[in-house]
Amino acid sequence: MSYRTDRARVTGLGSAKAGTGHFWEQRVSAIAMMILTPLFIFPFASSLGGTFEGVQATYSQPFNAIIALAFIITVFLHLFQGLQVVIEDYVHSRMGTVLIISARLFCSLGALTGVFAILKIAFSA
Amino acid sequence: MVELTLPKNSRIRTGKTWPKPEGATNTRKFMIYRWTPEDGENPRVDTYFVDLDTCGPMILDALIKIKTDIDPTLAFRRSCREGICGSCAMNIGGQNQLACIFGMDEVKGDIKIYPLPHTDVVRDLIPDLTHFYAQHASIMPWLETQTNRPAKEWRQSIEDRKKLDGLYECVMCASCSTSCPSYWWNSDRYLGPAALLHAYRWIIDSRDEATGARLDELEDPFKLYRCHTIMNCTQTCPKGLNPARAIAEIKKMMVARTI
Repeated sequence: MSYRTDRARVTGLGSAKAGTGHFWEQRVSAIAMMILTPLFIFPFASSLGGTFEGVQATYSQPFNAIIALAFIITVFLHLFQGLQVVIEDYVHSRMGTVLIISARLFCSLGALTGVFAILKIAFSA
Repeated sequence: MVELTLPKNSRIRTGKTWPKPEGATNTRKFMIYRWTPEDGENPRVDTYFVDLDTCGPMILDALIKIKTDIDPTLAFRRSCREGICGSCAMNIGGQNQLACIFGMDEVKGDIKIYPLPHTDVVRDLIPDLTHFYAQHASIMPWLETQTNRPAKEWRQSIEDRKKLDGLYECVMCASCSTSCPSYWWNSDRYLGPAALLHAYRWIIDSRDEATGARLDELEDPFKLYRCHTIMNCTQTCPKGLNPARAIAEIKKMMVARTI
């Protein structure tokens, strides 16, 4: 039971004065992926199933390595942005906060692992 | 919070089937949600048969006929019977519509009528719209100015007035907001399509001087950005308006003042 007025309930804690950044970055990362995905897929597909030396040769080229790094970072950034929205939509209270932090950790680790792998291949040639 | 099943005390059971009107040959079957707060019972769906030969063509005509001739306990809101007061919004054949301007011929088969989805029910087809109205009030639905009031009137060009077309016609029936899944799960914080359409109506008004303050108020992950362009609002609007476009325009303005 609470005697708060309906207007007080609607106002809640007021405007967060944030949200546009997230909205905009999610769109920018989506467009970036449209460009990066084909650029990443072709050298990746051609070296898939090949020898380690072949993969080294592909990713020791700066263009391929940088595109792969940009692709991996963008994918995990976009993944986190999307997961955050889904969690905010469907899971509330403390559980939502825990899930958002977990998603952030998972995506950061995924991105770092990918970056490390590419760098290791690129510089081991 | 997302709710995929109805709570125990909201599960709907089969109600009473009222007898067909005597001597009627041309009838239509209505299945209508019933719930009364006093008796502690679960909601039920009652079945009525309406004689179409002695009834008007609209859903509201049938509801009034049922209330007059068959069951006077049936409760619903109505006033203008011409789609301008927004009182008789309800879920008819699976879509939110104004009963007064929605024809029986627009529904195939039996006509199922429920209150607006995911609202607290006051009784039968009457939803509690207190929170919805408070959300509308929160967007300051009036002209805000700093400049001294002109001697005669705030002037507006014909082109600027045209920008309000498709916005000012909203009758606040709540069909759009209660059709929006984002509003179902987050109506405590998300303002919903109706309030945001009204917000845009004042943001785009050339005479208003509080555009920045209005955008400031909406700049929030929940108040505005729960809109995921599902478009149920636009699909259902009984007045043929486009709240999804209004929300998209607000988002564009938000980005425009950021980058």
